[in-house]
Amino acid sequence: MNALLTLIVSRANYWMTIALMMVGLYAMIARKNLVKKIIGMNILQTAVILFFISIGAKKDATIPIVRHGAGIHNHAVQAADYINPLPHVLMLTAIVVAVSTLGVALALAIRIFQQYQTLEEDEILAQLQDKAPGKE
Amino acid sequence: MIWQIEFVVLLMVLICGIGAITVKDLLGAAILFGAYSFMMCLLWAIMGAVDVAFTEASVGAGVSTVLFVAAVFRTSRRTSD
Amino acid sequence: MKTPAILIVFVFGSLLVLSTLDFPPWGDPAAPASVHVSPHYIEQAMAETSVPNIVTAVLADYRGYDTLFETIVIFTAGVACLFLLRIFRRIEPESRMYRHIPTGITLRITKPVSPPLETAEFERIDLMWVPYDLVVKTACRLIVPFSQLFALYVIAHGHHSPGGGFQGGVILGASIILYAISNNMRASLVRFNEKLAVLLCGLGVLIYAGTGAAAILLGANYLDYGALSEILGADAIAARSFGILMVEIGVGITVMAVMVHLYYSLASAGRHDEGL
Repeated sequence: MNALLTLIVSRANYWMTIALMMVGLYAMIARKNLVKKIIGMNILQTAVILFFISIGAKKDATIPIVRHGAGIHNHAVQAADYINPLPHVLMLTAIVVAVSTLGVALALAIRIFQQYQTLEEDEILAQLQDKAPGKE
Repeated sequence: MIWQIEFVVLLMVLICGIGAITVKDLLGAAILFGAYSFMMCLLWAIMGAVDVAFTEASVGAGVSTVLFVAAVFRTSRRTSD
Repeated sequence: MKTPAILIVFVFGSLLVLSTLDFPPWGDPAAPASVHVSPHYIEQAMAETSVPNIVTAVLADYRGYDTLFETIVIFTAGVACLFLLRIFRRIEPESRMYRHIPTGITLRITKPVSPPLETAEFERIDLMWVPYDLVVKTACRLIVPFSQLFALYVIAHGHHSPGGGFQGGVILGASIILYAISNNMRASLVRFNEKLAVLLCGLGVLIYAGTGAAAILLGANYLDYGALSEILGADAIAARSFGILMVEIGVGITVMAVMVHLYYSLASAGRHDEGL
């Protein structure tokens, strides 16, 4: 029981991140409205970014900006004093890619609405199937 | 890294995320998504990722929400699921 | 669709939870993510590039290729939105609406006469019009210049404090979007039209790639900013710091232009005449 409690406490934030990823995945699969699917995609993306950021944390370390200034000499910079900056760099790229994808996805949604007058997936599929036997 | 604050913010993030995909009004979903972005930014600032939190505050809670509201304005606002 | 979805989500979730049992404990300095390359970045960034913000140094100098292609991704998103939505043929609406500024009366003119009624007293408003709101307009007029100044500060101080090219570019774009929301989109299109936005999209990528090409022309590798010390007259470390600043400016310009263009396209559904 004690081992189980230690396990849960040490992994609790990873599990909450996984719960958030699953919320996003569920929204992408199960919701019929296209805007809800896009929201689910963004929730999934930000949950993955949260996961990466939480990997880079270090105990008793400060933010990755080297202390500088007028009264501070250049002592040797210890790697254990600063949080790992590499996941932050990669996640900056990920955030910007997420907003670009969001812009293109919303442009596609507006085009679909102009063509089919609805954003519900089942109504769009019904309209496509009405058209398809006539074409073939 | 006070774990109580982190736990409360994580809970708020989860609630905002589930709310954003459940409400039937798309404008409300867009605003809840903006709140979700802000809570995420807070979480990353608590974990020490200040650059990433800055970017998410400006991109997610600013421009992203505006793009969603603009798209909802040009399509329909009600949804049935 | 709901039951298979819940099933899939549970299966994936439990697989991921099973895999977290192998993770190193939270905050461990000896975790594999913090051991291989990142101690070198933390300890040598200030000595090799004289930029205290380690994230900016790694983003723009050590991993500069990644950032170049990320800028190209943003540029591609702007161009894709242009191709998807833009309607170039001007569709004249059947009626126009004008507001008489001194008294606040709105007029709707069907079968519009030419020339249009655009004098100092009549302003053209959108067909889905909102009542004239003095508080919103004045407040946004006050906010826009200060937020632009803050955005320029964020770009310029990316070396010493959290910030950099992306954040400053997004805040600049957001200030122009704020102007377009509080006033008309027509007023914003007069000051920052679509042609300027698309040109600036390309200009930022050109600045970034051009800095790399300048390094090749001076005999070093692509994006090796130390080679720029010949044209700058400083040593290699200061040249690297300056190279980081140049590429951050390029990134900021592209991001601002793409955000504005995305908003213009989405809010007017491609027609670029009126919007939110």
